[in-house]
Amino acid sequence: MKRRLLAVLALSVLLLAACSSDDNGGGGTTAATGGASGGGNLTVGVSWNNFNEERWAKFDEPAIQDALQTCGAKYISTDAGSSAEQQLTDVENLISQGANAIIILAQDGEAILPAVQSALDQGIPVVAYDRLIENPDSLYVTFDNVEIGRLQAEAIQAQVPKGNYVFIKGNSTDANADFLRSGQEEVLKDAIASGDIKNVGESYTDNWDPAIAQTNMEQFLTDNNNNVDAVLAENDGMAGGVVAALEAQGLAGSVAVSGQDGDVAGLNRVALGTQTVDVYKDARELGKAAGESACSLAQGTALQDVPNTEPFDSPGGNSMTSIFLTPQAITQDNLNIPLDAGWISQADLCQGVDPGSVAACG
Amino acid sequence: MAETKVSAAEREPEAQSASPEGQGKRSLLRSLGDRMRSAEIDYRLAGMLLALAIIWIVFHIITPGHTFLTPRNIWNLSVQTAVVAIMATGMVLVIVTRNIDLSVGAVMAAVGMAMAIVQHDWLPKWIGFDHPLTWVIAIAVGLVLGAAIGAFQGTIIAYVGVPSFIVTLGGFLVWRGVAWWMASGQTIAPMDTLFRNLGGGSTGTVGGTWSWILAIAACVGIVLLQFTKRRQRRRYGFRQRPMWAELTIAVIACGAVLLLVGFLNRYYLPPALATQTGHEGENISLGLAYPVLIAIGVGIVMTFIATRRRFGRSVYAIGGNPEAAELAGIKTRRTIVKTFTLMGLLVGLAAAVQIARLNAAVSSLGTGMELNVIAAAVIGGTSFAGGVGTIVGALLGALIMQSLVSGMVLMGIEAPLQDIVVGIVLVLAVTLDTIVRRRAAK
Repeated sequence: MKRRLLAVLALSVLLLAACSSDDNGGGGTTAATGGASGGGNLTVGVSWNNFNEERWAKFDEPAIQDALQTCGAKYISTDAGSSAEQQLTDVENLISQGANAIIILAQDGEAILPAVQSALDQGIPVVAYDRLIENPDSLYVTFDNVEIGRLQAEAIQAQVPKGNYVFIKGNSTDANADFLRSGQEEVLKDAIASGDIKNVGESYTDNWDPAIAQTNMEQFLTDNNNNVDAVLAENDGMAGGVVAALEAQGLAGSVAVSGQDGDVAGLNRVALGTQTVDVYKDARELGKAAGESACSLAQGTALQDVPNTEPFDSPGGNSMTSIFLTPQAITQDNLNIPLDAGWISQADLCQGVDPGSVAACG
Repeated sequence: MAETKVSAAEREPEAQSASPEGQGKRSLLRSLGDRMRSAEIDYRLAGMLLALAIIWIVFHIITPGHTFLTPRNIWNLSVQTAVVAIMATGMVLVIVTRNIDLSVGAVMAAVGMAMAIVQHDWLPKWIGFDHPLTWVIAIAVGLVLGAAIGAFQGTIIAYVGVPSFIVTLGGFLVWRGVAWWMASGQTIAPMDTLFRNLGGGSTGTVGGTWSWILAIAACVGIVLLQFTKRRQRRRYGFRQRPMWAELTIAVIACGAVLLLVGFLNRYYLPPALATQTGHEGENISLGLAYPVLIAIGVGIVMTFIATRRRFGRSVYAIGGNPEAAELAGIKTRRTIVKTFTLMGLLVGLAAAVQIARLNAAVSSLGTGMELNVIAAAVIGGTSFAGGVGTIVGALLGALIMQSLVSGMVLMGIEAPLQDIVVGIVLVLAVTLDTIVRRRAAK
């Protein structure tokens, strides 16, 4: 018994050591001053759910820090390490460290509610970052998923105004899959009603799994004897599976395919011409918007008076105040946007692309 | 193929078929049953083949364009089944020893990611892009890593005594995380040109002629196996299978192989590709795809290991009664480590096929795959009580499951309903099996 206890102790010490060294590397829990040069002594706290994901450290955090620096607020942060319970404590900690506003990337939009309420009760405004928190007094800052669906459909319809369409949707239990699909439907419904566009296959994809998307695409091609003109895949991973299925039939490049996320592989396919459109969401825009709105909320601006907000009825039945950022559709014509933004390197973007065929690749 | 039928029948006590029950009134059914018994036909295997035939025919009738029983769809089906089939053969042995491996999907992601990084990021720096050796090195890395992970987990299970459910549940979390961490969640694509052939596709096939040659070789193999079996039995004075049964089996098995290959050979190079490669309007048979040949090869080797090698017999002995096996001098711990190592090796092979087919490695590779693999083994007659299960059964189980899914996609049935159907079939198959086995025991 004693020996087992010792082993557990030793293991937890090791784990703790590993965690803390990790945090130093990522700069997760350590408070970093955002340069409190300007007016006021404002502090904005950010509660990350899991800082280990590459994008938060690389794109979101610097953008938030920049925005806070501009308005002269101090940046403090915590990392909940994917634990919803830990995040509750984290928010309390941020409050006790004197945060005047809190940005939360929620691990669990439901579980975080008590902490959000407690912050709001103490007069500390809350920004729900990227993921919805069902509290009508918080500000919801995100990219518009319905708009992403619209952009995908518009780009595909521009290339294939008439023909057979296949819809490869995401996970059936993910609300985003349906948001995206409803945006696509908005754009295409007239053409579908008039018979110009025919829906010849539609399926959800468990876990957004590219391999399942590939199998489903093979079946749709078989079912339609290859008479498919366009595929609306909801993200880049699944678009990869779809393109692999098309390649096996020699159809890659002649069938229009959509995607989303600005994955390296996805943007590379756009350059290669096997994918028509990739909807790209610049995380830095999101960080900037959240930082700026947190600043103005901390300075005492009322929720409705924060610039660029609009009302939004949440799935949970709350009338929220939200900032919806517009995603950017990327086709071969504007590949320079992610390139100039430093989102992707030219070598990655242009791997395998014939010289002179795409402007962005030279 | 034929050997497992026999070995399964051998395990049944001889007395059962020889018992003088029901001498008087014999129904037609009973006499058919006796015939089957004297021909030593495995009722379970026959039942599964029948179920598969029914599924295929029903789908062909109810799919809107009657597209199911077309050479193209069956060819698709064969390739789509390969990945799960390869892993299911290993899972049979794991489950037979009364263990479980929940980590195969996650290990697949980690190993697949490693193979992708090796061929996409590392090797080009040393030997350049599309070097003829790239695919060999990448596969070797995958197999070694897979086997090492399997051996590691197996050692904890066998020598430390942590239940396999827990160890592989940990592995399920760990290896998925490792896969993410290796590329920070990024997709690694594309794969090496030669490596991609492993995944099938239009270049990853042996062609029509070789498919015929392989089919004829398989026929010869079946007959030779039956011949050696008879000779062996004569030598040891065992009861022989009646000659009419031998002939019927040979004709049916051979006929099935030739028919299937002939059918698959009618799937031609897609028109768009034929035009691109300067064969416009020609009908060029693609033949059997590499992943399918790999799966069949794995099936044959694994059947041989399971039924003809000491290791395989130890596996079944441990599954039947671990204590008795230990007392009989079988090195149970070492055998279990070997089982998990073999499982890991097969996961590595399956991962290679999967990323070659997808032409990309993603950290979500093989999510939920462990359940498909376990389900294939169980539908194929592998028992969680241990000691029972055949490789052929698992291959057929994988084929049945993929047939259901592919057919339902053709019908436009949504994913949640597909899951419901597959779930029901899983439970139904095992229920039927349990009932039949209980009756046979009485």
